[in-house]
Amino acid sequence: MTDQPNNWQRRTFMRQSFLTIPAISAVASVPLSAWAQDDTPPLSEYYPRFFEPQEWAFILAATDRLIPADDNGPGAIAAHVPVFIDQELAGDYGNASDWYMDGPFLSDLPAEFGYQLPHTPAAVYRLGIKATHVYCQRQYGTSFAALDKAQQITVLEALEAGEIDFNALGVADLPSQSFFAFLLQNTKEGFFADPIYGGNRHMAGWKLLGFPGARANFLEWVDQYDRPYPLGPVSLKGLQNR
Amino acid sequence: MTTTKPGVDAVIIGLGWTGSIMGMELTDAGLDVLALERGEDRTKEDFLYPKPADELKYGVRLSMMQRPRQATVTIRRNQNEMAAPQRHWTTFHPGNGVGGAGAHWTGVLYRATPTELSMKRFADETFEPGFLPDNMNIQDYGVTYEELEPHYDFFEKVAGLSGQAGNVQGALIEGGNPFEGPRQNPFPLPPLPRTLTDTLFTDATRKLGWHPYPYPSANVSEAWTNPYGMQLGPCNFCGYCSNYGCLNYSKASPQTCVLDALKRRDNFSYRTQCEVTRIVKSDDGQTVKGVLYTDGDGNEIFQPARLVILAAFPINSVRLLLLSEVGKPYDPVSNTGVVGRNFTYQLTGSVDMYFKRHRFNPFINAGGSGQVIDDFSPDTFDTARHGFIGGAYIYTTQGPSGAIGGVKVPPGSPSWGSEWKANAKAHYGHHMMLGSTGSNMAYRDVYLDLDPTYRDPNGDPLLRMTYDWKENDLKMTQFMGDRMRDIVGELKPDYHTESIKRVGDHFDPSHYQSTHLTGGAIMGTDPNTSVVNRYLQHWDAHNLFVLGASAFPQNMQHNPTGTVAALTYWSAKHIRERYLENPGPLMSAQG
Repeated sequence: MTDQPNNWQRRTFMRQSFLTIPAISAVASVPLSAWAQDDTPPLSEYYPRFFEPQEWAFILAATDRLIPADDNGPGAIAAHVPVFIDQELAGDYGNASDWYMDGPFLSDLPAEFGYQLPHTPAAVYRLGIKATHVYCQRQYGTSFAALDKAQQITVLEALEAGEIDFNALGVADLPSQSFFAFLLQNTKEGFFADPIYGGNRHMAGWKLLGFPGARANFLEWVDQYDRPYPLGPVSLKGLQNR
Repeated sequence: MTTTKPGVDAVIIGLGWTGSIMGMELTDAGLDVLALERGEDRTKEDFLYPKPADELKYGVRLSMMQRPRQATVTIRRNQNEMAAPQRHWTTFHPGNGVGGAGAHWTGVLYRATPTELSMKRFADETFEPGFLPDNMNIQDYGVTYEELEPHYDFFEKVAGLSGQAGNVQGALIEGGNPFEGPRQNPFPLPPLPRTLTDTLFTDATRKLGWHPYPYPSANVSEAWTNPYGMQLGPCNFCGYCSNYGCLNYSKASPQTCVLDALKRRDNFSYRTQCEVTRIVKSDDGQTVKGVLYTDGDGNEIFQPARLVILAAFPINSVRLLLLSEVGKPYDPVSNTGVVGRNFTYQLTGSVDMYFKRHRFNPFINAGGSGQVIDDFSPDTFDTARHGFIGGAYIYTTQGPSGAIGGVKVPPGSPSWGSEWKANAKAHYGHHMMLGSTGSNMAYRDVYLDLDPTYRDPNGDPLLRMTYDWKENDLKMTQFMGDRMRDIVGELKPDYHTESIKRVGDHFDPSHYQSTHLTGGAIMGTDPNTSVVNRYLQHWDAHNLFVLGASAFPQNMQHNPTGTVAALTYWSAKHIRERYLENPGPLMSAQG
């Protein structure tokens, strides 16, 4: 499932479907609260299925900058967005299982032609993190995760603007803005997708918006104009966050 | 090695709306019918709450769609470009599996107007010679509104159509669409309840002197039992509609409206994971003798059949005809041949408005809920004065319904970080959209053929789409943009943003436009310019019928499903009443 073997692969029990996580966490000491019966383990106890340690450190730091915790509530870390990205990349999405991935790859086409890179999403991350790491080493003499927040933001802005030449850093066929686009899109997915996929812990993303999740039954509210919907979200597994 | 199965009376390729309907009709006629579906089986149990309420799986990863790895299309804008494949779907969402696109559609169920079925005649009567560009290939369907009306009427009962009729037997009815063709009956069910966006749109368009009416919805407003005995329940505005299966038995689909009735019949059977790779021609040169398919275990099977019904998604039907070498492929240089000719799509535009003072609760949404005006249809105003043929309806619908796709922040503001997060929170639920859904004329250099480079896992060439927007249609879209700005002027949002194409723009397949892909195997009365005759019977093989929107000579502003279904019943009527008794061409060429 990963592109290269890594030292976590022996933890085969973690490689099962995310549905196994609650069983594992039965031994974890997560207090159950009245408002969210969520028993997923804390991030510090999570063993990535896809990312290697240095990659994981990048993902933790980068997603924290993209959706920070602040006055408006929890951010990507509290919402376990890194867990979501790790599980997506270890599965069908990461492997582009449904995508058409036969060549030739016409990587120099205008953006209107959509995604034309020869990489799976998993490979985009592996290569993109590697190139960003080399960049940070050359520019700052240390890793992305070890930079201060302002420096991390500067690097992310440079990635987003396509200002970092990955080719010169030893990674071909991957514009830095393409890597950033995956990172940002998947970070937002992890913040707003159902918690069954590992992120949006305690439905933090839905709480931010006032989105009711899987309630999916609003007939009596159709004509209640300009009134905020009063109920908090529920998830596919029936968790609630009032 | 190819295994040959026992023959059947009729084999249906694809089990979506048209395959299901034709299955009912042909089993009614006593035929042994077998449907072959490329994708997986899907039953109503797959749509039970809360399974569809999963935006990542269905709305983002698009798991109800055809898998591009199995077969995608390549796209280029003109003959000088090299076409590149859609590696994952962006610009349209072709369905897959039992139910097809009918399982994940939005549920907007329209009829064509009389004019839309006879655009060539309308153009000849309306425009000065030389007004239309030389390379425009518009044609009539060869079937009239009056002929299709009973079939629209029946399908609307099958689907439990909810809304307000505007013209019943010639009498105009306040609150309905005064520009629609006359109906023999009112809608089966009343309109869905009105959202805040509906109310704002209605007030604004009335002030402008236009004629708003409720979207004709196949998300039903009340409990309904259809002519097949299938039952639908009132839509609860769950917010998981387009791209999703319905969790509430409310959205008309093959599953909710047809298939359980069909599966009870002893003379019907279906096989899933069976991909038809060729329609096999007979030696007589006038018929086909069955289909070749690959089953889920990779076995190649020949299925003999007296009647072959091609009921796939339009682009897949065209590709199968090309791969099977049934009918002459279209050649844009000589403007001869027919298969792939008159491929058309949909011209869309949209406006997004932000209202600090309004709270829309956008997750409260039904796909078929909304309000519409048809005041700017091809035959309702003087389009010649504005330099084009065609038209669009302008509408609103509440949404967007998801969270991943529902975040909107002010233009020019950051797309991440604390400022983005603050904006996402403050702006969520304060947006209202306007959209235009417009016609697309057919052009000589817009067509489908087989790609010379890219292949599917069987080694067969992918379908290649050569498509660009043309000046006529872009002028139409710009005009609709001006009309949407009129509505913006009435509603006075705090700000608005626009996505409206302009003359000079080129097709951008990196963004979603519409799944209304039409044409490529069009119907008509002349075998030199159509693949099938006015009964959807193939000109070159009288026991092959090609159903679906691939038959549309050009695309109309109104959503295709109603016309696709009505044409299927129309074709079935002539198969049952005439063809079965006396197999052969149902009409002679009227060149």
